[in-house]
Amino acid sequence: MFAFVLRRLALLVPTFIGVTLIAFALIHLIPGDPVENISGERGMDPARRARLLHEFGLDRSLPVQYGDYLAHVVRGDLGVSLTTHEPVLSEFATLFPATVELASFALVFAVLLGLPAGMLAALKRNTVADYAVMGVSLTGYSMPIFWWALLLILLFSVQLGWTPVSGRIAVQYDVPAATGFMLVDTLRAGDLAAFRSALSHLVLPMIALGTIPLAVIARMTRSAMLEVLREEYIRAARAKGLSFARVVVVHALRNALIPVITVIGLQVGLLLSGAILTETIFSWPGIGNWLIHGVQSRDYPVVQGGILLVAAIVITVNLIVDLLYGVVNPRIRHA
Amino acid sequence: MPELVTPVVERAPPGAWRELWRAYAQSRGALVGLAVVVALIVLALTADVVSPHPPNEQYRDFTLTPPAWQAGGTTRFLLGTDPVGRDILSRLIHGTRLSLAIGFISVAIAVLFGITFGLLAGYARGLAETVIMRVTDVLLALPSLLLAIAMMAILGPGLANAMYAIAIVLLPHYVRLTRAAVIAEARRDYVTSSRVAGAGPLRLMVMTILPNCLAPLIVQATLGFSNAILDAAALGFLGLGAQPPTPEWGSMLASALEFIQRAPWVVTFPGLAILITVLAFNLMGDGLRDALDPKLKR
Repeated sequence: MFAFVLRRLALLVPTFIGVTLIAFALIHLIPGDPVENISGERGMDPARRARLLHEFGLDRSLPVQYGDYLAHVVRGDLGVSLTTHEPVLSEFATLFPATVELASFALVFAVLLGLPAGMLAALKRNTVADYAVMGVSLTGYSMPIFWWALLLILLFSVQLGWTPVSGRIAVQYDVPAATGFMLVDTLRAGDLAAFRSALSHLVLPMIALGTIPLAVIARMTRSAMLEVLREEYIRAARAKGLSFARVVVVHALRNALIPVITVIGLQVGLLLSGAILTETIFSWPGIGNWLIHGVQSRDYPVVQGGILLVAAIVITVNLIVDLLYGVVNPRIRHA
Repeated sequence: MPELVTPVVERAPPGAWRELWRAYAQSRGALVGLAVVVALIVLALTADVVSPHPPNEQYRDFTLTPPAWQAGGTTRFLLGTDPVGRDILSRLIHGTRLSLAIGFISVAIAVLFGITFGLLAGYARGLAETVIMRVTDVLLALPSLLLAIAMMAILGPGLANAMYAIAIVLLPHYVRLTRAAVIAEARRDYVTSSRVAGAGPLRLMVMTILPNCLAPLIVQATLGFSNAILDAAALGFLGLGAQPPTPEWGSMLASALEFIQRAPWVVTFPGLAILITVLAFNLMGDGLRDALDPKLKR
């Protein structure tokens, strides 16, 4: 197991270096340079321009600049936002819990509905229930989530008035930010009304963001279940006289979960992609919203740092999923 | 003595296309998907003739007219009009042309480069393979929409740039698929015999190996269409893709957001168009996968 972990960690290094290269290239591929952006349309006398280029270190060769950039990244220095003049890393750290809160609720929602739905479809194969689950999940899988989010708002917020339209919590509540997770912070403050408000703000974004993962998990669970149910050991377990429920839960589900866990892990990238759209629509103050604002206001340090951090998170989560896969499925470790 | 010859009825085995069609037609969903895709292609080709109004014509006296079946609607504008009085149905029909073009062009670019790099990696192995596969790993480490947004930050907003960005997002999948298929095929006897017969590397790669790797690529390309259309709409929605007044579905939706309460139809129909198109391509992709590769049948 130790060798397996080491091997996976070694594979991580070139990928991460590649991501820093992309982030570095991002700044250098953009037409114009930072000095030009400062001087604007009027231009700047050549001496001052040369001095500024030197000050920013832009007059050195690209490999040297890249080395410098890497050294800064390793020290956790991702530059300063051009719009707020705050360090990019601390902005990210402030906003990240909001995205984690949203994404983890969306994932829990997807797993809690997707697993049983997929199992139901597999066990009742070729019945109305199966067709319904597969039809709904195919639709969910094809859904443009920014539109889906708007439909949810139209129905639940505008027509029925059950949920708020946007934000994380109603404005009248002032909750001290301790963990950055609104649900945790409101509970710590002992403010139940604020907790309820935060929860009601979370429901629609959670459904919007969780729909595609839900569809993917339901489809994967169904096909994995169908595959496992055909195996000899299932027949053996049945022949031994075990009840159907026991065979399904203990023998079939456990083995069917192996591919499903991988798929759930793969949803993390999808969740972060979806979070960009979901957060934009619900004005959710997370990193997706922050990144889009960065792109729109040409705040390149934010875009560069944000991409680097999101990629690092996705790579790390994929590694954890890989390792978990090794734990659940011992056959992989020795491959 | 007359020879006893049983007359042999010569019946040609069903051709490859025929067999594929028979397997494909077994799924009702796949047939529906195909029918919708064909209808969309026809709509896209005949958009100028079919749409009742020019897509950018503003009927200033008819702003925010509801669909024909709602109170205040008129059959002149079947699906209603947008905030500046443009006919939504006509804009949707012209949007079909854009969405299919985006899907086709970005998938074509991705497939072309993906096959090239995949063939190189799978056939040449060694350093070329390591470099190509590490680059695809990096591209896959970034969530697809984030990668597209990063590309748009470099290229600047616009429809053409959105296509390039989406092509780059789709690319790694084709590289991986082609490489895996090439490695599996290169070991086969027919490849060896072709090499012994004197075929050069280029001929081996393109003429001998590639045709036998096409099945998974065709499936992935069909599914790539739906990803491309979804991502392009998302970019349009975020204001990074097609710019107004282009009748692209995602940007149509974004430009009407503030009217969502007063006139839900300006938001409902473009989204529905995206959903139907993506659903049709996904149904087709699933059907093709089941027909081309019985092993993967679910």
